[in-house]
Amino acid sequence: MLDVILFTFIAIIKISIVFGLLLLTIAYLIWIERKVMAHMQVRLGPMRVGWHGLLQPLADGIKLLFKEDIVPYKASKVLFIMAPVIAIVPALMSFAVIPFGNKITISGYSIDMVITDINIGILFILAVTSVGVYGIILAGWSSSNKYSLLGGLRSSAQMISYELSIGLSLIGVLMITQSLSLVDIVNAQSKWWFVLFQPIGFMVYAISAVAEVNRCPFDLPEAESELVAGYHTEYSSMKFSLFFMAEYANILTVSAIAVTFFFGGWRGPFLPPVIWFLIKMFLCIFFFVWIRSTYPRFRYDQLMNFGWKFLLPVALANIIVTGLVIVLIG
Amino acid sequence: MLESLLFIIMGLIVITCAIGVVFQKNPIYSAVFLIQTMVSLAVLYILLHAQFVAAVQVMVYAGAVMVLFVFVIMLLNVQRADQELGKDRLIFQKVSAIFLGLLLFAVIGIVTVRSVLQGTKGEYTPEHMNEIGNTQLVGKLLFTDYVFPFEIASILLFAAIIGAIILAKKELKE
Repeated sequence: MLDVILFTFIAIIKISIVFGLLLLTIAYLIWIERKVMAHMQVRLGPMRVGWHGLLQPLADGIKLLFKEDIVPYKASKVLFIMAPVIAIVPALMSFAVIPFGNKITISGYSIDMVITDINIGILFILAVTSVGVYGIILAGWSSSNKYSLLGGLRSSAQMISYELSIGLSLIGVLMITQSLSLVDIVNAQSKWWFVLFQPIGFMVYAISAVAEVNRCPFDLPEAESELVAGYHTEYSSMKFSLFFMAEYANILTVSAIAVTFFFGGWRGPFLPPVIWFLIKMFLCIFFFVWIRSTYPRFRYDQLMNFGWKFLLPVALANIIVTGLVIVLIG
Repeated sequence: MLESLLFIIMGLIVITCAIGVVFQKNPIYSAVFLIQTMVSLAVLYILLHAQFVAAVQVMVYAGAVMVLFVFVIMLLNVQRADQELGKDRLIFQKVSAIFLGLLLFAVIGIVTVRSVLQGTKGEYTPEHMNEIGNTQLVGKLLFTDYVFPFEIASILLFAAIIGAIILAKKELKE
């Protein structure tokens, strides 16, 4: 009985810490993005609120909370309110299976640095994030606005197309580790990072991850010059910011998967595991911002051609080659 | 105890959503209920210790197939289709549907009472499955015992893809 209580207690603590930090990181991700982009464009970025604008996310949050919450007259109300929730919940849920560090022992009780290690780890993440698309489609449809609808349709088409290459690009790693559990995948990288064995898999993953989270140069769902703002044109106040948070939570998720699958997870010398994990995550996020401030946007037909006619065959070829090599080596 | 309680709750949710699919006037709402049905079914699979099937259920049915459903409903003009549906009443179809539905329930009832409740335990108990690993077991069976149906299904899907491409492809003007 005591074990059950202790287990529940530790699980609740782990969940609160991870989700608290996750929400805080999302807020500061926006600050990081504005700052990094500003410096890349020889500007200063937010400077007024706090030291170098450090309190800017708080100010933005308060501002968004106090804005008027508008629901369009012709919108279908239930779906309009549900859509932001559908967008953000899956984005936050996928962090339940990501390992942040090795086991630690506190007064004789060993604790895994992961909320739960399930044997279908990566499938859980892929399944949960695939539901997140509905937030965007339903937001576009329920607004009863043609720009929203077009943005939603574009986005859903894009996300389905690139979900395929994301899934296929990870299969090479799964073939090497012979496990779907993220803990096992990190443990298998104690010597070499998988980015060395799976360079093509990583390239395909990196490109499709950028497309999957609708970021520049794949940010067609919210192309300002064509679609006003895309699927969230009609959203205001906290509902709008939920979409924003979902987008940034998705960036964190794909970065965490990249770190876990290709860069050894929390493994690294000298520093504690959690710090290594955060450093690697930050580098991934920096990469996202870097790309955004470097490349112009794709055209829509280019995007579809690239996804289906280039990335997908490359990912499939990567699986075949990986399989052959595994069979030959034994 | 906890499992049967969860089963009853999820079963009720699945049935409610399935009824919602049929009774909604707006196709989009029907589709949303269908998505909810698919996701709730995944929970039932987890209760049956089939985690792999549960994940694939959400990923394929809720995440891919239903996205395409919603996509098509949005691209078609929904409101016009709505009105047309209201106009023509197929009385003959309704009567036969009720009859066939009752027949289906009767068959399911008879089969359940006769065989499933008295069935013997199979080889793959939950403990045995956890030992091997759920995904590994499914993969192994799929590529050994059930490789023929599996390949047939893949050929069928391949044929469907080629058919869809031929139908969708515009004829070249000369």
